[in-house]
Amino acid sequence: MDQKPFSQGLLSSEADSQRTLYPYVTGTSVVALKYKDGILMAADMGGSYGSTLRYKSVERMKSIGKHSLLGASGELSDFQEILRYLDELILYDNMWDDGNSLGPKEVHSYLTRVMYNRRNKFNPLWSSLVLGGVKNGEKYLGMVSMIGVHFEDNHVATGFGNHLARPILREEWHENLSFEDGVKLLEKCMRVLLYRDRSAVNKLQIAKITEEGVTVSQPYSLKTFWGFSAFSNPTVGAEGSW
Amino acid sequence: MFRNQYDTDVTTWSPAGRLFQVEYAMEAVKQGSAAIGLRSKTHVVLACVNKASSELSSHQKKIFKVDDHIGVAIAGLTADGRVLSRYMRNECINYSFTYESPLPVGRLVVQLADKAQVCTQRSWKRPYGVGLLVVGLDELGAHLYYNCPSGNYFEYQAFAIGSRSQAAKTYLERRFENFTDSSREDLIKDALISVRETLQGEKLKSSICTVAVVGIGEAFHILDQETVQQLIDAFEIVGEDEPPVPEVGDAEADQGEAAAPAAEEGAAPMDI
Repeated sequence: MDQKPFSQGLLSSEADSQRTLYPYVTGTSVVALKYKDGILMAADMGGSYGSTLRYKSVERMKSIGKHSLLGASGELSDFQEILRYLDELILYDNMWDDGNSLGPKEVHSYLTRVMYNRRNKFNPLWSSLVLGGVKNGEKYLGMVSMIGVHFEDNHVATGFGNHLARPILREEWHENLSFEDGVKLLEKCMRVLLYRDRSAVNKLQIAKITEEGVTVSQPYSLKTFWGFSAFSNPTVGAEGSW
Repeated sequence: MFRNQYDTDVTTWSPAGRLFQVEYAMEAVKQGSAAIGLRSKTHVVLACVNKASSELSSHQKKIFKVDDHIGVAIAGLTADGRVLSRYMRNECINYSFTYESPLPVGRLVVQLADKAQVCTQRSWKRPYGVGLLVVGLDELGAHLYYNCPSGNYFEYQAFAIGSRSQAAKTYLERRFENFTDSSREDLIKDALISVRETLQGEKLKSSICTVAVVGIGEAFHILDQETVQQLIDAFEIVGEDEPPVPEVGDAEADQGEAAAPAAEEGAAPMDI
């Protein structure tokens, strides 16, 4: 356990092995949007080990307390650590048993403080978090990055989702989406990510949170289409190539 | 209470199971000038008697804003009260910063009570000599709590602490059942009448009392002197016209005196 990884060289201090330098097992994008009754969130079930798609049944979305849902991308062990912090937070909140409870806004603020303080110590939790929830009829959807950047919006995404999914959402999202339309929109985003993000796997879950509570769907796959003529005869424009 | 051989340290029990130092601390609360709190479903009002020690000096501050939704009135050692208010403000501001949300008053009150309890179980400390009426809001509505030097806390519909608070409590006991549905104005009026009860005949003026309000949609604030004086004038001119009490069986002195000036219209303030 005291051995420094050979790649670190003989001159790096021991202190380096006590803080996160790079992520090892990572999850890819999470996409979420507000709809009529609450929040919809989608994430695939892949855990990549570098370029290997190593784990294919990782749940990257979890419910927090009665009112919130947390999705994460990035280092999965850090996501598990965050779940432990939140578990304790919710436990103490429940122990008060006084009719007050932490809503999504409070959990989002708390997570921001945690991520930012870790960043200040140069020991970040290498995750991007999406926090959604409904409390007393108010819908809330926010994001926190690994350096503590946080904001709220009607639709958010992490990682590649920011580049591939959000432009779609900016065009097609509107207030009071029905549940079916929301799911269709999310599936459209996830399909693009499946085609274009190499760390995506075709096994995803969609979670919904409303005033009544959280439901996480069973894992399922998206239908993909590969029957493009360019794929059936790829070398038609360049004879002799493969 | 008399001196006895068990009252030197706070960490000494008496054979009867009492901690005399804690009880002496509660005596200090009874010596302070009166503070009164009452609540409805949506609002809470604090009122206290604020007498300056001489005409040359300023009034002792007895009501403190702790946060937009929480305030406190103190009775007893006001220096201890100031220190505890600072603690409460700190707790509120830290919670707001972390959770971007106001600290529920019920939770603050428990933290305060635990802090007071520590001082009853350390030989190198003494109990805080101040009683606090904490008012504030949380998800369930408006609340009024009383924090003791002993580390106990209780929730109340209405309460009074400090010297001659019994007179105010008697008045409140007769009226409290109506408070839940009271309007904000009626609540303030009842608070001022309770303050007057503790004055034992002295004329109620805004220069000797302070009133503060907090409610759903209304941040905690202390009413300015003019507003308070107007409110006092309003109900004294009408002849202390109290809304009818359901059980009119009581023939207490207070009620009799309240009725008499009404009949005489603008007569001298009530005598005991």
